[in-house]
Amino acid sequence: MIAIVDYGVGNLASLDAALRRAGADDVRITGSHVDLLAAKAVVLPGVGRFGHCASELRRLGLDVIVRIARDRRIPLLGLCVGMQLFFDESEEDPGTPGLGICRGRVRRLGGDVRVPHTGWNQVRLLRPHPWLAGVPDGAYFYFVHSYAVEPVDARAIVASVDHGGPVTAAVGGDGLLGLQFHPEKSGAMGTSALRSFVRATAG
Amino acid sequence: MLAKRVISCLDVRDGRVVKGTRFVDLRDAGDPVALASRYDREGADEVVFLDITATAERRRTVIALARRVARTLSIPFCVGGGIGSADLATAILRAGADKVAVNTAAVRRPALLGEIAARAGSQAAVLAIDARRRDRGYEVVVEGGRIATGLDAIAWAKEGVAAGAGEILLTSIDRDGTRDGFDLELTARVAEAVRVPVIASGGAGRVGDFVELFARTGSDAGLGASIFHSGEVLVSDLKRELAARGVRVRPSTEAA
Repeated sequence: MIAIVDYGVGNLASLDAALRRAGADDVRITGSHVDLLAAKAVVLPGVGRFGHCASELRRLGLDVIVRIARDRRIPLLGLCVGMQLFFDESEEDPGTPGLGICRGRVRRLGGDVRVPHTGWNQVRLLRPHPWLAGVPDGAYFYFVHSYAVEPVDARAIVASVDHGGPVTAAVGGDGLLGLQFHPEKSGAMGTSALRSFVRATAG
Repeated sequence: MLAKRVISCLDVRDGRVVKGTRFVDLRDAGDPVALASRYDREGADEVVFLDITATAERRRTVIALARRVARTLSIPFCVGGGIGSADLATAILRAGADKVAVNTAAVRRPALLGEIAARAGSQAAVLAIDARRRDRGYEVVVEGGRIATGLDAIAWAKEGVAAGAGEILLTSIDRDGTRDGFDLELTARVAEAVRVPVIASGGAGRVGDFVELFARTGSDAGLGASIFHSGEVLVSDLKRELAARGVRVRPSTEAA
């Protein structure tokens, strides 16, 4: 079972539908600690403000559960603000820490470009990650965000996107992937990205 | 670099598409979900549902629509029309819409934009502006153009962004339904005045209108309704043509 963390945040119906399009037959939208730790893989969504997402996750005790899931090496996929939550803190809400699973911070987009970064942009793959195996370099994905992650270790960045300069599009590690874009809203390419994740975590 | 977006707009009343379309092969051409899926497959980058339901049932039907669309579409969608409170906006977003567009209610009470942005993020709060050309500049009109507000469209765009809007859906009421092309001057001026993305709407009638829009204004997206519904222009053909003319677009071959 793939568990989508339900903490009242994010477009869960679209995500559930997209995972099913990508071949997952057992998807559960759940805030149950037991379900999440029994899952074959966990998806952490997130939309809106970093601080709101972080404090809601914490209020429901789910910050601890996500960290335990990570410690137990349950495959973990973070999407948009869900990915930003992996990090220590965000300029958007400096008083509310993230999960600290990844080292680094989340910073406001700069440069002479429109913010929010809204629309379809080409993702450049910098390093291979097994869950992005089905994604060709330069494919378009749907972005909508005003902040982006800056990992302490630049090698954690597996894909980037150009919006007034390079912006982190994906961070990865062993059993972990964070995507700044929305695969659940990215047409066939989004489905491809999720298909590799679904396959890799099905066993 | 960010691609320019092609957006398809559907007018919906009581859960049904209002204007007829070419899709004779669809079992139910009046079903907004079936139609939107069709545009999704053709390569549309986004769909806007403009709900013009006037009955007491509208809250229920618009939320039900968002829920069905979210389960089906693989691209983002926005819901607009008669959204007067942050509660209704939040309910539509929770049902699965990516954005809500507010128009009249934001003119009456700009703080509404901030309330939606505070709950769901500014990217979800789209300010829809209907503008009419005057001797000097452009005036904001509401209620489908029937009521003039005295507001200057460019000043209102800036104020709306300051209040919390993360995107502007800009409709030229003069061009709306004419298929005479987008109002390039209006679009260029608003796109220059704000730093958030601007969607141009009103007047799209042929492929060249989109080419001109992107060549001559700083807008991020062009919205079409009848141009696509009539079947004269396929989204996939439009995008191929845009790419051939040097406009960066997401290829429709990457669509669902």
